[in-house]
Amino acid sequence: MTFLSTVKAIAISAALAVSVALPAAHADEQYFPLQSYRVGPYAAGGTGFFGGFIDYLNLINIRDGGVNGVKLTWDECETQYEVERGVECYERQKSHAGAAAWNPLSVGIAYAMIDRITADKVPLITVNHGRTDSTDGRVFPYVFPLLLNPYSETSGIVNYIAAKEGGIDKLKGKKIVVLYHGSPYGKETIPIYELLAQKYGFTVQQIEVPHPGNEQQSQWLTIRRAKPDFVVLRGWGVMNPVALKTAVKVGYPVDHIIGNVWSNSEEDVIPAGDAAKGYTAITTQASGNTYPVVQEIVKTVYGAGKGNLEDKSRIGSVYHNLGIVNGILNVEAIRIAQEKFGHRTLTGDEVRWGFEHLKLDPAKVEALGAKDLFHSINVSWDNHEGEGYVTFQQWDGKKWNVVSDWIAPDWALLRPIIEKSAEAYAAEKGIKPRTAADAEAVAATN
Amino acid sequence: MSAIATQLSPAAALPKWLAPLLLIAFAYVVIPLIGNSYLFEAILLPFLALSLAGVGLNILTGYAGQVSLGSAAFMAAGAFAAYNFNLRIEGLPLVASIILSGLVAAAIGIVFGLPSLRLKGFYLAVSTLAAQFFVQWALTKFSWFSNNSASGVIDAPKLSIAGFEFDGAVGRYLFALTVVVVLTFLAHRLVTSQTGRNFIAIRDNDTAARIIGIPVLKTKLLAFAISSFIIGVAGVIWAFAYLRTVEPAGFDLDRSFQILFIIIIGGLASIRGAFLGAALIVVFPLVLSRLGGFLLGDLFDSGVLDMSQRIVLGALIILFLILEPDGLVALWDRVRRRLTLAWQSS
Repeated sequence: MTFLSTVKAIAISAALAVSVALPAAHADEQYFPLQSYRVGPYAAGGTGFFGGFIDYLNLINIRDGGVNGVKLTWDECETQYEVERGVECYERQKSHAGAAAWNPLSVGIAYAMIDRITADKVPLITVNHGRTDSTDGRVFPYVFPLLLNPYSETSGIVNYIAAKEGGIDKLKGKKIVVLYHGSPYGKETIPIYELLAQKYGFTVQQIEVPHPGNEQQSQWLTIRRAKPDFVVLRGWGVMNPVALKTAVKVGYPVDHIIGNVWSNSEEDVIPAGDAAKGYTAITTQASGNTYPVVQEIVKTVYGAGKGNLEDKSRIGSVYHNLGIVNGILNVEAIRIAQEKFGHRTLTGDEVRWGFEHLKLDPAKVEALGAKDLFHSINVSWDNHEGEGYVTFQQWDGKKWNVVSDWIAPDWALLRPIIEKSAEAYAAEKGIKPRTAADAEAVAATN
Repeated sequence: MSAIATQLSPAAALPKWLAPLLLIAFAYVVIPLIGNSYLFEAILLPFLALSLAGVGLNILTGYAGQVSLGSAAFMAAGAFAAYNFNLRIEGLPLVASIILSGLVAAAIGIVFGLPSLRLKGFYLAVSTLAAQFFVQWALTKFSWFSNNSASGVIDAPKLSIAGFEFDGAVGRYLFALTVVVVLTFLAHRLVTSQTGRNFIAIRDNDTAARIIGIPVLKTKLLAFAISSFIIGVAGVIWAFAYLRTVEPAGFDLDRSFQILFIIIIGGLASIRGAFLGAALIVVFPLVLSRLGGFLLGDLFDSGVLDMSQRIVLGALIILFLILEPDGLVALWDRVRRRLTLAWQSS
């Protein structure tokens, strides 16, 4: 079979050529390995998020010539949101020098990477998602669920409902239904809703929608019988528009449905058409393109023809803005670390130190051109979430409008639960929790 | 089929066991010396896990002729069973929990193999889909299986046997290699034994098999049990040695199809076929993706590249199946025969 052997010979020699031609390290470059996903079922989230992230990195390079002269570089490796592809990408990209941080935007891939990045001493960022107990920096030194972990999200939603009802004591006797996606992600918040229901005296009924969720008639008939005061939609992909359409069909008022952080994008509501009007959802970063930093990206990056989004109408969408915010957090962590270690290519551990000192108060956020885009962040060595605030947006049929102030989740209530879970993990894996002094020690080489 | 053909081929003047032995020695001695972590983590570990799953499915589908689409479910059963045995029984040696997890997978395999007594071909394939969906559903639904972990994703324990820790990429590779070598050897012994011949008899004509006195019912269930055992252990390797984490969604229908494609492309009813097929399925997309990224990475974004790789891969598989329907193993045998002839005539 000469044809096949020829193909094989070409393929093998090409593979060898590629592995030899891996780019060598350059002085003063900081590299972002991007395990992105632009195809597959979650491409809408992937293209928006990684588009925003790359747009912001481009802005820093074009406008400022990098971070204090250190150019930002990156390359993409397609994961399709699949764990084993993510691992392959990790192994492929980690040989590149000067890696700053990993941002896979996938819980599954992040889980598979925890042991690996901890051994390699490079931070792993899971903005707005990830493993809740990785908030505890004593046990997870290199994992950062920045801004919002799933428990804080739950607490934020309950606090918003309380504010709507006129105070936390008004929750007593209320009834909330949580409609969740039948997956590990969907089930993650079941215990915390039970706990909050007990604490505040409301009743909660949690109903599962089997994956993928394109048929929800029976669930919504159950909801109609239960007559809850609010429905929390903890959806994913196609489940979200279907939920909104079915709610209208059974006559449940859409403005009493609150979406969680993965049910809050344009891609979730536009397919539902008019049924989505009045739907409210939580977010850490407001949508819209009026914020100065988004405007600068439009002018500087898209103006130079270097914009990453093919569909320019998605500039300022929820996922795109999340990517931009993620870019700000990564770049500022590098900047903070550079002030300590020098204006040069940093090691992964030095960037970790930067993330653990990532404190952006509202004034600093405004100086970055992101006032009202996101509130603030305050990461420390043992709190890797950083006390992100949440806000709520309502869909008017064309765009999202902010309908609440910035709301703080009840961190003090959640912290003991998180610590308990992290300590159990540490015991299972034989990890000795860090101290503040351990966190200050930084490895100078990777 | 090809197992018999190999025995009859006059080509080998050297003893038959020499080539595999040299290969194993190479895998144990040379590869750990020259390999880097990319080779182990991204290529060899998934290759070993999928090869073993292919060997398992080949016993059921290739030798015994029972088509199954539930392979990923048996892998998941094995992985989660090993995790739970390891977690819940204090001081249980790793080897014991691997064997027990294989037995759990085998038990599930027998249950879902029961329809094979009445159903054949496509109908059986569809009924094994039930295993695929049921196991995945049960693992997601009952959080006991993942030790009530908040997100249902489990962490693999340390791999240690009798105080020796298989740490790092090389250690996990050697661990996986040992398991694969042992099970493959047993599978090889099985298919050349009377039981293996019973499998083939049932595949070729089960009425005839019944008439010559083969217990069809028992043999079919045995095939399901052995196959599921091996696939279950492959699941343990996948979870413990390769990914080091596992979630039910990782064992979806796509994985079942992937394993089925491995044995079809590699060659049905052949142990070597599973390895050749797995090599193609694991390595080829990576070569394509690196080649694509290297040549065209600056021109297109990674999504476009990935889509075009899928088209190329699909087209190549179709082309290959048309040109060589008996799989890589037949191709290999033909190449070897020609080489031997050329060598003899020279």
